[in-house]
Amino acid sequence: MTTLKEMSKKEEKFTEGHRLCAGCAEPIVARQILLATDNPIIVSNATGCFEVSTTIYPFTSWNVPWIHSAFENASPTIAGVESAYIALKKKGKVKEDIRFISFGGDGATYDIGFQSLSGAIERGHRFMYVCLNNEAYMNTGIQRSGATGRGAQTTTCPAGTCIPGKKEFPKDLTRIIIAHDLPYAAQASPHNWKDMVEKAKKGIDANGPSFLNVIAPCPRGWRYDPALTVEMSRLAVETCVWPLYEYENGKYHLTGESKRIAEGGKEKRPIQDWLKAQGRFSHLMKPQWASVVEEIQANVNKKWDELIKLSQI
Amino acid sequence: MADQLVFNGDQAIAYSWKQINPDVVASYPITPQTIIVENFSEFVANGEVDTEYVCAESEHSAMSLCIGASAAGARVATATASAGLAFMWEVLWIASAMRLPIVMSVANRALSGPINIHCDHSDAMGARDTGWVQMFGENVQEAYDDSLMSFRIAEDMKVRLPVMNCIDGFITTHALEKFIPMETADVKKYIGEYKPVRPLLDLIHPTTYGPFTMNDYYFEHKYQIHEAMQAALPVVRSTLNDFGQRTGRHYDVAEGYRTEDADYVIMAMGSTAGTLRYVVDQLRAEGHKVGSVKLRLFRPFPYEDVAKLLQGKKGVAVMDRAISMGSTGPMFPEVRSALYDAKDRPKLVNYVYGLGGRDVRTDELVGVFKQLMDGSAKTMNFMGVRV
Repeated sequence: MTTLKEMSKKEEKFTEGHRLCAGCAEPIVARQILLATDNPIIVSNATGCFEVSTTIYPFTSWNVPWIHSAFENASPTIAGVESAYIALKKKGKVKEDIRFISFGGDGATYDIGFQSLSGAIERGHRFMYVCLNNEAYMNTGIQRSGATGRGAQTTTCPAGTCIPGKKEFPKDLTRIIIAHDLPYAAQASPHNWKDMVEKAKKGIDANGPSFLNVIAPCPRGWRYDPALTVEMSRLAVETCVWPLYEYENGKYHLTGESKRIAEGGKEKRPIQDWLKAQGRFSHLMKPQWASVVEEIQANVNKKWDELIKLSQI
Repeated sequence: MADQLVFNGDQAIAYSWKQINPDVVASYPITPQTIIVENFSEFVANGEVDTEYVCAESEHSAMSLCIGASAAGARVATATASAGLAFMWEVLWIASAMRLPIVMSVANRALSGPINIHCDHSDAMGARDTGWVQMFGENVQEAYDDSLMSFRIAEDMKVRLPVMNCIDGFITTHALEKFIPMETADVKKYIGEYKPVRPLLDLIHPTTYGPFTMNDYYFEHKYQIHEAMQAALPVVRSTLNDFGQRTGRHYDVAEGYRTEDADYVIMAMGSTAGTLRYVVDQLRAEGHKVGSVKLRLFRPFPYEDVAKLLQGKKGVAVMDRAISMGSTGPMFPEVRSALYDAKDRPKLVNYVYGLGGRDVRTDELVGVFKQLMDGSAKTMNFMGVRV
């Protein structure tokens, strides 16, 4: 395993000069993931915060070949690059052993680009898809997505007097992707950099498509102090809202803090800790919505229990 | 010269791809294009090409794959029709904006709704502003020839734009015709080695494709695509001339038939042009001074060529196999615009015809000439619709 010290000496593939917000989790996640491999890489990016803020023409933060096409097609775009690579390697025109990574936000992944991601995984293109999951359409000013949690307020599911934010629970995309029976899939969080980088390394080296779903707290959309981004991602894991696990060779494994919680070595924190920390849930603290808090806790418990069963702990 | 083959238009296009052996083909099946990808799948399955062939899960993804592959440095071909082209619409703009020389065959088919699988040009007309060069072939020979030439035009360093070669759904895609292919060795020589520009696979010079541009640069990028499109016109012309010298098949961006001394002319694209020549001969035999014009190149639009062919005529009917609801057929305003500065403007009328594969009968085209000659044609007319 690479140490942080060693990683800090590697040449940056994603560099300074981008215009992401203070406290944004995305550059933290992306930098570390890109440093997980020593192979040359080519990146595709879906439309979203990460794309817009890192390539404002005529500037670019990318020291590696990078392509953005549209919102819903980061997967087929990199699949096209990978197809060209296979074709040209066969003809001896490319020598290097290149790896391919796609980045998309949760809107690009859970919603609009879901079909094209599923297709690319089914076809077996060798690439790692990284979902930078900040649980809403943040680039366009905080609208709900299929990843937005129950009760969270966004501009398209506001906390009203009748409806307390989003009515639905988030789509369990990681398990839907796992249903494709791909070589490797995992959930990660930037607070546990070692766990995340190890998963990225496995995903990048997998002999086929892989999927990494990373929780990426957004101070603007979640309404918290930008200094607390890493803390917020830790809270997601410790409350079991965002369990750390991986799916490898047909088996589920809990990892990091999630494994310790499942094994009884660490306390599972109550959902209130997660909800109270973020302004997007502030309305749920009113007594009239106490049942919603209970529903959210019940759903977290249900999903967590399922995961424990799948992981055979 | 190779022997004659009897193929349908789709088979002829697939055959051209087999000879070219593109690096990547990514596609999605849709009637009436499907035979192209079916035939090509067989070439792949039998090892007759070493193309990396991807069956995408949608046309949007097929074009996205083509964009990724082309940006990476591969020679790329694909095919679609109708709803498939409409589904690609968003990314067609991205292909041209990245200046990617992707070649796409389009089997022209009506758009839903109601759903219909037969020929009209609504699909291609919906893509006319996307920065793709658009050629329309009349028959199987032209389907094959246009497919070969499309690669030369797209990859020309003065152009570097994607090219769409269109043929009429079912009429040309599914009709068996004799055609003369080039020898495969000659095709390879003609198309040559692909030279990518700033490919993503060049790791020494990492390139950012598809950055975000604001109001300070976007306009210039669009202007450059327009400039390249303008530059494509002489490139298409010289490509057609060169092709004529190689094969003896002489084409032009707009082709007149018996127009020199004609008083009345009908202009059309695609398979209707062949029917028109038959009708012109018929009426000429009766002593009428009529001619026809086949437009091969719709984008960039050859305004001067069209004006030269049509100015001085007494009457011209522009046949549109598509309609811009609330306006006219899409070719009509182009021809009107081409003739605005002409010295001697003909009376110009528009006929919308053949939507959803409605038959194009010779007696109806004779009727159009008669209406043109007796002055009864209105500015906008419909041929073959029950009203």
